[in-house]
Amino acid sequence: MSVSAAIEPLRLPRSSVWPAIWIAALAATALLYLFPQLAPWAVEYPKDWIVPVAKWTGAAMLWIRTEFTWLTRALSAIGQVPLDFALDTLARGFKIGQGPEAIELPRLSWLGVVIAMGMIGWVLGGRGLAALAGGCFLYIALFGQWDSAMLTLGLIVICVPLCVITGLLIGIWGYRNPRIEKFFITPMLDVMQTMPTFAYLVPMLLLFGNKPVSAMMATGIFAVPPMVRATMLALQRVPQEIDDFGVMAGCTRAQKLWRVLLPAARPTLLVGLNQVIMLALNMVIISSMIGAGGLGYDVLLALRSLNVGAALEAGLAIVALAIALDRLSQAAARQRPVPQTGARFWERHPFLTAGVAILAVTTLASLAVPGLAKIPESLTISSGPIWKSMIDWVTQNFFDVIEAFRTWMLLNILNPIRDLMAGMPWLAAAGLIGLAGFQLGGLRLMLLVVPLTLFCAMTGLWDKTMATIYLCGISTVVAALIGIPLGVLASRSDRADRIITPIIDTLQTMPSFVFIIPTVMLFRVGDVTAMIAIVSFAVVPAIRYTNLGLRQVSPALIEAAKVSGCTRQQMFWRVQLPLALPEIMLGINQTILLALSMLIITAMIGTRDLGQEVFIALAKADAGRGLIAGLTVAFIGITADRLIGAWSRRARQRLGLA
Amino acid sequence: MIAHQSASPGAGSVASGAADVKLACRGVWKLFGPGAESYLASQPKPNAAALAEAGLIGAVRDASVEVGEGEIFIIMGLSGSGKSTLLRCLSRLIEPTAGEIIFEGRNLLQASERELIEIRRHKMGMVFQHFALLPHLTVIENVAFPLSVQGVPREKRQARAQEMVDLVGLKGREKYYPRELSGGQQQRVGIARSLAVEPRIWFLDEPFSALDPLIRREMQSELMRLQSVLHKTIVFITHDFDEAIRLADRIAIMKDGEIIQIGTPEDLVTRPATDYVAEFTRDVQRAKVISARGLMQPLGADCDGRAVDGRVKIASFAAEIVATGRPFAVTDENGKPIGQVSPQSVIDLLAGREAAR
Ligand SMILES: Nc1ncnc2c1ncn2[C@@H]1O[C@H](COP(=O)(O)OP(=O)(O)O)[C@@H](O)[C@H]1O
Ligand SMILES: [Mg+2]
Repeated sequence: MSVSAAIEPLRLPRSSVWPAIWIAALAATALLYLFPQLAPWAVEYPKDWIVPVAKWTGAAMLWIRTEFTWLTRALSAIGQVPLDFALDTLARGFKIGQGPEAIELPRLSWLGVVIAMGMIGWVLGGRGLAALAGGCFLYIALFGQWDSAMLTLGLIVICVPLCVITGLLIGIWGYRNPRIEKFFITPMLDVMQTMPTFAYLVPMLLLFGNKPVSAMMATGIFAVPPMVRATMLALQRVPQEIDDFGVMAGCTRAQKLWRVLLPAARPTLLVGLNQVIMLALNMVIISSMIGAGGLGYDVLLALRSLNVGAALEAGLAIVALAIALDRLSQAAARQRPVPQTGARFWERHPFLTAGVAILAVTTLASLAVPGLAKIPESLTISSGPIWKSMIDWVTQNFFDVIEAFRTWMLLNILNPIRDLMAGMPWLAAAGLIGLAGFQLGGLRLMLLVVPLTLFCAMTGLWDKTMATIYLCGISTVVAALIGIPLGVLASRSDRADRIITPIIDTLQTMPSFVFIIPTVMLFRVGDVTAMIAIVSFAVVPAIRYTNLGLRQVSPALIEAAKVSGCTRQQMFWRVQLPLALPEIMLGINQTILLALSMLIITAMIGTRDLGQEVFIALAKADAGRGLIAGLTVAFIGITADRLIGAWSRRARQRLGLA
Repeated sequence: MIAHQSASPGAGSVASGAADVKLACRGVWKLFGPGAESYLASQPKPNAAALAEAGLIGAVRDASVEVGEGEIFIIMGLSGSGKSTLLRCLSRLIEPTAGEIIFEGRNLLQASERELIEIRRHKMGMVFQHFALLPHLTVIENVAFPLSVQGVPREKRQARAQEMVDLVGLKGREKYYPRELSGGQQQRVGIARSLAVEPRIWFLDEPFSALDPLIRREMQSELMRLQSVLHKTIVFITHDFDEAIRLADRIAIMKDGEIIQIGTPEDLVTRPATDYVAEFTRDVQRAKVISARGLMQPLGADCDGRAVDGRVKIASFAAEIVATGRPFAVTDENGKPIGQVSPQSVIDLLAGREAAR
């Protein structure tokens, strides 16, 4: 009794009251918007209220840098060792000693690597995968991208084990301490996953300098969360009986973990590995902005000089690398143990032995045959000119159409919305968001989202925040308008599903960088280009979740609807769509987060939002400015994520799906 | 003791002191929910309603059993009645909220982590409903696994595992992975694995429930065959009363966390403690459960030469006695006549008519 009495004052208003409240709130907003002179301070955030957080953060970062130089130096030195080894092995070749007496050892021969990749494909997935993996690497070699690709691969080769081990250990720690998992690890992971990639770039740049090591650190932080999640999930999913068996067999705690639980959890752990690899690739490419070098840097340079052919060449090499790594690691996750027979090492591991032998032989031979060390010019194909002429042809022949589309979008959709958003009173925005938070998740959610919104105003970044919301908002709407119908199509026809799902699977493995290249070629720079790039990157979850959500609707309900005489139309609008809506909204949520993570890349083509702010901060190495802008983007993401998440949970509960 | 003990002598406790008590539990409680321990301390022996009020699940309530050396002791009850929880308490996979577990004369609850590991490594074996085989190991590696964690040298554990694989009839499949075996074969691996350490006590939690009925019967026969060779002390869980009757020396019936009766199959059929037990036993073929002694009447004059041992089941001589039409004498272990069975009582039994007792 006493408990419910205490809750009474916090009780949410009855649902019938809400429309009235919203109408009042919107009316107040409109009033403020139309007559800003009523309360100018509530519309435009007053200059002298701005809290110079960026300055403070910058100072704090500088302090950290000077005080902890020994630490960053040490970390950087430690990280440098394996990194140099990997980069030397794959890309640069070894140089031992100095001056004329230096001994030079060759890097792995390109031919050996191509064959070895084919063999890994063979072992993991048979002839098809062998052709795919070997083919992708051969493509990279033949199209003259080998050096850059191996720099990128070298970083990945070092980052992935680092992330996997860290993730595994944190995951095990969380599994063994449910409290730590609940109150520390899971909230941390949530924040890290809503944080856009580039938020990590500026601090790493400041602490470690413009070097591959910074890229390694940024990637290391960014790609760990999925492994932690996969580890905890995998261990929790191990059947109780297997755990019991471990105890009854007399395992010690360590034996049970390493010999029973982790091996039994292997398939889920390997799914985590696949995610780590793909995230690492994405991050290594983006980290070219802080000195990673490799394919990402080639794209960056080419885009800066608007050399579309070169950008596309490097971009396609990224695509080839992504496809090879994704398919190989997926096949590894499906792999099941096979019995090994034979006494000797090479009898038990014939492929491993053969692979190492081939690498050794080709690399040794490359000392004598230069064509094995570096692919001969005569063999490589430079696709740049081909692409350039194709693009030229397209722009010459379709210039009018493209230009008309671009101008029309800009004048009729983008610009009006941008202007509308620009005048948004900051106080009203905070109020509306707080109201939504209160309605969806009570006081707690409100107390989370209102300060996050106020932060955006308080830092003096309100205009840029609005520019961000404008670009991401439109992109999300467009992505939803394209993605939801495609998802519906895929859910209603298995044939469509078989076409759409592999395409979005592949799209999803692509690092965000590659999406900007074709759009820049066709639409040149500007907001329309940015929007199209964002949409093409962020549309995938909208399609996927719609498809899944609709397919998950219980067949019993559909049958019940059929029996009660629903037409196909009615069935869709009255039964399937409402039931799938919570899932679809989660897809839109993912779309928003992906859109936000694209901002740094679209900033390269001259947007005026928070992404640009980070981009400038990167160029100036202004850590305070970059961090605060990054945090602001993260806060937008977290606000959207929590509001939509709360809505979706409530909807599920109402529908009895929870 | 809350469990109702059957009236017949020596049925409730270990059979007539013939064997030692291997494993016993006294007053074991297992409550799930927050604050279970302190609640039970403040309120000993709460009933179901009181537990529900306190928001606790009474998975096992005040259970006491004694399992004799070499006995097949079956815990039987519907799903959710607390069988697995009781077994997990007995093997100390989970900590009982209250009570004692006594294994070979010592209280398991006072054993240290280290001692428990030793006990499990050498004295306990367990078979699981869903087999719980390690997917990344072959048949032989699975069977050798418990030896491997103890640090038994490779040669020795390989030989022992091979012996066990042969024993359960899986010779030739040593190099298979669990996923390549049928359910019945997988459970044979589970059995071989649990026997590899030569356990003194063998726990089986619904080992055959995940199998098809035909395979299940085959595996039951297999278990009987193994037991005739190995003479283990067995605690076996099932929700299938036919299975219980087939295998059991004694059966404990559980309902809602309580043991409501412990006795031989015959006791349960002839003297059910509650309507609930009677309901369970109703469809049992009585002739297969009830022994000659159970249907015995005082020795009469019209008994001709035929005699049967008091321990044999009616089913084994029913056809004969009905054909003969005359009572058979019933003898004790020494062959001394102690009573007789009339054809009419056998016919009544077969027809499902309860003889007035
Ligand atoms: N870890 C647990 N937490 C909460 N309740 C449990 C737990 N394990 C079992 N229970 C409950 O205890 C009761 C008995 O379960 P169990 O022993 O598994 O039954 P059985 O094996 O007879 O099917 C069930 O009501 C079950 O829901
Ligand atoms: Mg059970």
